[in-house]
Amino acid sequence: MQKIKELVIERALLASSLITIAVTLGIVLVLSIEAFQFFSEVSIFDFFTDTQWTPLFTEKHFGILPLLSGTLLTSFIAIAVALPIGLTISIYLSEYAPRSFRKTIKPILELLASIPTVVYGFFALIVVTPFLQQFIPSLSGFNSLSAGIVMGIMIIPYISSLSEDALHAVPRSLREASFGMGATKLQTAFKVIVPAASSGIIVSIILAISRAIGETMIVAIAAGQQPRLTLDPTVPVETITAYIVQVSLGDVQHGSLEYRTIFAAGITLFVFTFLLNTISYKIRKKYQKKYE
Amino acid sequence: MNNIRKNRWKDQVFKIWGIFCTLIGLVLLVVFIGDILIDGLTRINWDFITNLPSRKPENSGIYTALMGSIWILLLTTIIAFPIGVAAGIYLEEYSKKNRLSGLLEINISNLAGVPSIIYGLLGLEVFVRIMNLGASVLAGSLTLSLLILPIVIVATREAIKAVPSSIKDASYALGASKWQTIWHQILPASGGGILTGVILALSRAVGETAPLIVVGALAYVPFVPQSPLDEFSVLPIQIFNWISRPQAGFIENAAAAIIVLLAITFVMNGIAVYFRNKWQKKWK
Repeated sequence: MQKIKELVIERALLASSLITIAVTLGIVLVLSIEAFQFFSEVSIFDFFTDTQWTPLFTEKHFGILPLLSGTLLTSFIAIAVALPIGLTISIYLSEYAPRSFRKTIKPILELLASIPTVVYGFFALIVVTPFLQQFIPSLSGFNSLSAGIVMGIMIIPYISSLSEDALHAVPRSLREASFGMGATKLQTAFKVIVPAASSGIIVSIILAISRAIGETMIVAIAAGQQPRLTLDPTVPVETITAYIVQVSLGDVQHGSLEYRTIFAAGITLFVFTFLLNTISYKIRKKYQKKYE
Repeated sequence: MNNIRKNRWKDQVFKIWGIFCTLIGLVLLVVFIGDILIDGLTRINWDFITNLPSRKPENSGIYTALMGSIWILLLTTIIAFPIGVAAGIYLEEYSKKNRLSGLLEINISNLAGVPSIIYGLLGLEVFVRIMNLGASVLAGSLTLSLLILPIVIVATREAIKAVPSSIKDASYALGASKWQTIWHQILPASGGGILTGVILALSRAVGETAPLIVVGALAYVPFVPQSPLDEFSVLPIQIFNWISRPQAGFIENAAAAIIVLLAITFVMNGIAVYFRNKWQKKWK
């Protein structure tokens, strides 16, 4: 009796963990089936080369490039903000700051990551854009600059926390050897500790990029809803995610071509983040045991 | 000699730059919360909490959205908590090192990085269309449950891993079976850690907007859901809707609703941190 009970429980637990595989299969199937039907009506060549995205207009164009450029532009601005600040914070906290300071500051910084993204969107649109317009009068009310900057603030803790963990895991002996040679803390940090922790730092940066590419509400609120193939950060753009939100808010018939565009856009987004996540997983696995 | 002085000087400069960057994060957090408090605090009163949404900003309230969020929170807990913890127990205690466990591991790590809006597309197709649940609270909760599942699983594994093996060994030595050991020893010992992870995951679910918009949650719902199959709205969607309107009154409403939403997330985070600290002391 006891044995049967144990076996039933084990099977139930196994079933629960297999649900995660079902989720991945579900995502891949749903995206590819709908996208397949989309590509039976729209040529895949046009999808990647057409420079206009106007599926909701009478004259329809299905070029993903404007959405892709909007996504990459906002993500690039976000990383340009978060990378220097996040890395400096991680080096400062790990190598310079007193232990007690580090222990109090880290959870507070992580609060930044727990704020709902719709709140950041509000901040970008209502506070940051009017503020920046004082310096850049030509800045449009919706633009990728303030959306990108605010998104950068949001992902600072992703970079600072994970990098700090990696820096902190470098054995003391390496630091002591470097100090013993007469190096300053700065020299030790940049010439010994950062190279030793580089895989962990790279993982944190890749995860931050993946997070920025998939971010939705900030860009849907503050970057606008006008697909535009441009690198100009002062004009409205639309990201892949913002487009999906725009269509979902409207009244689009299930099974129509417009409905399928969100899955075609979704699979593009999924492929990007999937590649980034897999690379970071591989790096993490490869270097995990380095100092154990 | 000159060189040494130069290096020390550089060292000091970097230290100041480091303090500056760290403080930037904190200052932004304060500016941010301060600004929202100034914009919205005067708007918060009992009517704002209990009124239905309205065309006029001064009559609008968050009642239906707040109730929708509470529904979502409860159903998501009921769905994600048992499945996530069960999967975590399996991976940590039962699974042997083979291809399946490797696949499960890489899969969960990947799911954690899938953008939330993609879960929305999954929910739209599977729960709303195929299972025919419509844009209901249940469809929304199922979608968010899948979204937070990886977080719950990882937290459960970490908590179980932290239980000293001596406890397990002692239980086995007394003749307890594997499940008896897990149920009577490991789970009580790791409960605080698991709870911390679950609460953090739920606080993320409360703030999610994009997947629920894709699933079809409404911006304007004049009634409170009575059953899991009713249509709904949630606080973040109400906020999004108010931000997108031109009238200044709605911006004030959005700020006030943000204060309520932030209060909920911060309280949940606070509870999680409390459990973590309480539980960490136990093994020292």
